[in-house]
Amino acid sequence: MEMLVAFIIGVLTTCGVFLVLRGRTFPVVVGLTLLGYAVNLFIFASGGLVLDGAAVLKQGLEIPDPLPQALVLTAIVIGFAMIAFAVILAMRARADLGNDHVDGQLPEPPKNPRRTVVGKL
Amino acid sequence: MTALFWIPLLTTIGAFVPLFTRGKPRSLCAAITAFLPAVSLLLLLLHAPAVFEGETLIERFQWVPSIGLEIAFRLDGYALLFSLLILCIGLLIILYARYYLAAHEDMGRFYAYLVLFMTAMLGIVLSENLLQLWLFWELTSISSFLLISFWSHKSEARKGARMALTVTGMGGLALLAGFVLIAKTIGSYDLSDVLANADLIKESGNYTTILLLILLGAFTKSAQFPFHFWLPHAMAAPTPVSAYLHSATMVKAGIFLLGRFYPALSGTELWFYLVTFTGLATLLVGAYMALFKHDLKGLLAYSTISHLGLIVLLLGLNSDLAAVAAIFHIINHATFKASLFMAAGIIDHETGSRDMRQLNGLWKYMPHTASLAIVAALSMAGVPLLNGFISKEMFFAETVVQNSLGALSWTIPVLATVGATFSVAYSLRFIHDVFFNGEPRNLPKTPHEPPRYMKLPVEILVALCLILGIAPAWVVSGLLTSASAGLLQGAVPEFSLSLWHGLNMPLLMSIIALSAGAFIYYNRERLFAFQAQFPPRDAKLEFERILQQLINGCNTLYARLETGSLQHYILLLLMLSVVVAGLPLLSLTDTTEQQANLPIDNLTLTGAVLLTLASVVTVVWHRSRMIALIGASVVGLIVSLLFARFSAPDLALTQLAVEVVTVILLMLALFFLPQKTPKESPPARVVRDMGISAIFGGLMATIVYAMMTRPLESISDYFIANAKTGGGGTNIVNVILVDFRGFDTWGEITVLGIAGLGIYKLILSMRLYMPSTDSNGRPWNPDVHPVMLSTISQALLPLALLVSAYIFLRGHNLPGGGFIAGLVTAVAIILQYIANGVQFMKERAGINYQALIGSGLLIATLTGLGSWLFGRPFLTSWFDYFSWPLVGKFELASALLFDLGVYLTVIGATLLILANLGKLTTPERAQMEEER
Repeated sequence: MEMLVAFIIGVLTTCGVFLVLRGRTFPVVVGLTLLGYAVNLFIFASGGLVLDGAAVLKQGLEIPDPLPQALVLTAIVIGFAMIAFAVILAMRARADLGNDHVDGQLPEPPKNPRRTVVGKL
Repeated sequence: MTALFWIPLLTTIGAFVPLFTRGKPRSLCAAITAFLPAVSLLLLLLHAPAVFEGETLIERFQWVPSIGLEIAFRLDGYALLFSLLILCIGLLIILYARYYLAAHEDMGRFYAYLVLFMTAMLGIVLSENLLQLWLFWELTSISSFLLISFWSHKSEARKGARMALTVTGMGGLALLAGFVLIAKTIGSYDLSDVLANADLIKESGNYTTILLLILLGAFTKSAQFPFHFWLPHAMAAPTPVSAYLHSATMVKAGIFLLGRFYPALSGTELWFYLVTFTGLATLLVGAYMALFKHDLKGLLAYSTISHLGLIVLLLGLNSDLAAVAAIFHIINHATFKASLFMAAGIIDHETGSRDMRQLNGLWKYMPHTASLAIVAALSMAGVPLLNGFISKEMFFAETVVQNSLGALSWTIPVLATVGATFSVAYSLRFIHDVFFNGEPRNLPKTPHEPPRYMKLPVEILVALCLILGIAPAWVVSGLLTSASAGLLQGAVPEFSLSLWHGLNMPLLMSIIALSAGAFIYYNRERLFAFQAQFPPRDAKLEFERILQQLINGCNTLYARLETGSLQHYILLLLMLSVVVAGLPLLSLTDTTEQQANLPIDNLTLTGAVLLTLASVVTVVWHRSRMIALIGASVVGLIVSLLFARFSAPDLALTQLAVEVVTVILLMLALFFLPQKTPKESPPARVVRDMGISAIFGGLMATIVYAMMTRPLESISDYFIANAKTGGGGTNIVNVILVDFRGFDTWGEITVLGIAGLGIYKLILSMRLYMPSTDSNGRPWNPDVHPVMLSTISQALLPLALLVSAYIFLRGHNLPGGGFIAGLVTAVAIILQYIANGVQFMKERAGINYQALIGSGLLIATLTGLGSWLFGRPFLTSWFDYFSWPLVGKFELASALLFDLGVYLTVIGATLLILANLGKLTTPERAQMEEER
């Protein structure tokens, strides 16, 4: 089971990172969502996996580690706030800049952007 | 009798005084500036008797004891000698500069820099703590930069200053590294400890590194070969600065350092080879180059380099007597070189030129100055009856007695004589070319004697040269003995300061040097012709070229990294994280299970397969944004199921509710954004990104697996044990949130509230194009609020609210709580918005979401503050059980009130975001723009 969870987290991370590396804002936001899932599962997994454990204090059942759960619970809510902020920022950027590229401008045909700052004396 | 700190403190204050004298008469300005350093000098002299008796005065104040930094001053004979030189010559320079600077120049600024520099030098020589010493060392670099570039309108002044700063600053960094290594070796930054633990340092494995670093610091500062090139370019400074920096202070700081660490570092072969040969090379290069300089100050600059080489050479010989000779030459060099620089300044000032091809025959015009300069120059040449002669004799004697090179030991005295020969030649050139040798040629001004008091400092110093030269034992032996005791930190060897030691080897060497020097000068034309064959090299240009290359290199790197593309930055960041996260994994050899794995069951496996498929769909169809969104939401659902599977019902509920809200949010956003992503990544980039993300995912999976298969040591046992008894709840997760870690949650909801408000502000001033059709050109469905949905949703609302209230109330003991209840309520209300429209909601429930956030935070905060009323810390919780008829036994906890705050904040923030974004699609938009 541990192997399976590790695999799931790996898949989510891979997909998330790939989307985060895209040039347009919406895929990046979707990528952030996937990465968020991966990270939440990661923190959750740090407490170990318990099948059919006690949801609340109860005699006779194994109690899963509550601390990572508490961390992840708030992380999920804060994660939502972050995604919301990112997507609204993306919309705002499109409204103000006229495109939805993460760089704020559409990519030009590749050329070497060489900036020279000459030391002035 | 202490209060040593007043000595540098007075000059520190003194550095600010001149700034207030702007616009005052110049003599007054000079007098006021000189006052505090003069008091400093007096204080120093008050301490002198104790020092002469062999005492070492040390004074400490704690500063940052944890890193070994304290303010500590130390005055022994060696420090006393340098302090005297710094203050006395400094005062003479203040007097001299009053006449040197032109009326229109900013005298206050000049004096401020000068006194600041004086402070820095005093700080170096009086420091007991190494870090403090280093601090002042850097301060000399900075203040000398300011002084050299005083005439900042001249390009050469700026370049010279920058070069000096770069070279000495670099040396300073090496010095710091050396000091840190010393402290690591002996465990203290105290100079006394360093000197007392000399053997510990020399025997440690760090000795070579320490020595190299400290020598690097000293040699750059003292312009030793091959770092000597900055000094001639520092001559662009006003002459008083050159006279001060290059006779008694700046360049002597390196020498001071060598002497200060002499007991701790010298006495080894490595020291001998490094120091002696550096000194010898510097002596020869300096003396030879000086002869060819047509610029008066250039000649003096190279001569300074050469004399510094001589002193370094003496220190390198590992002989106590040689160290005494070095100290004596420090004094002598300071006197004759300061006076020569000042004389050169007078000549420059009164003739308008420093070029020895123009300056000839000045004897006729300024006999007084000329005689002073001639005496000083003869002292530099080492002519008897002058102080330069005596220290040169001592130098020769030391080179003769050393036998460190075995059968080749004779080379050192021979080369020393060669150096002295050139020294005689350039001194003769200084005298003959400037004061005799025909008539002046095309001088800008008609030469005449300078003002009376401009000559006074030169007269004092030249008189000293004479006195020291004729009766050295009488004048200086006390000071020399105490300074040598300070340098050697032990018994001072017998030395004899007298004019006549009989017919011996040093005298013969002096005679050879004098006659050969005269011969070389007589035949100088040939030598000049020979030297002219070499292509002219300008160290300044070379230095600038190297610097420019460095800057270009940095620019290229900068342009690579700093492209202005966020996409590029995130790639760099990810690659860096791959390295940072991956490297430690290389040493983690064992990822195999150390704990038994749980068996995989079919249910979970199905979930995992679905999740994988959904993720892949999201990525593959990511350019069709709606499909990607659906894929991501499927992933989210399965993640919440996974939480449920692994015994975390609270997480499952939260994830489910957040999922609903997130999907609604992203769909609303998609309404305003393009529906499709254009295909613009070149295939190479896609492959690259795939590679990086696969590596990243692989790393993540490895770390997770390694983490899960290792024995778990959790701090949660405390929470499990105390949840019921201390927090009054059986839902440990909720008790952690509202009780154990309530402060975290409090911060958390504050962030949530701020995010909501920030988003609200972003939305308010957004001007977006509202599409009237979908991406395929089909108009939107005219039935905006379908009756069916509207009816069902209205019926659903009370139910949903009831459920959320239930979830909220039971949260402390069963899965639920403020976060989840808040999200459920928010979803229920959003459903009303979707089904019935903004107008409908506004008429029926005009909730102000900002106020909701505010009141939620307020309730949470007040609950926390409430515990103060009972004399408990912030957010201490209270609970008790009550029993009412009909209701039965129930629990009341202050944590419930706190959870109410969480509940309200979550509703407020979620709805503030969604409702306002939703409004943008309705006629409410116009009204929002008005509100703005």
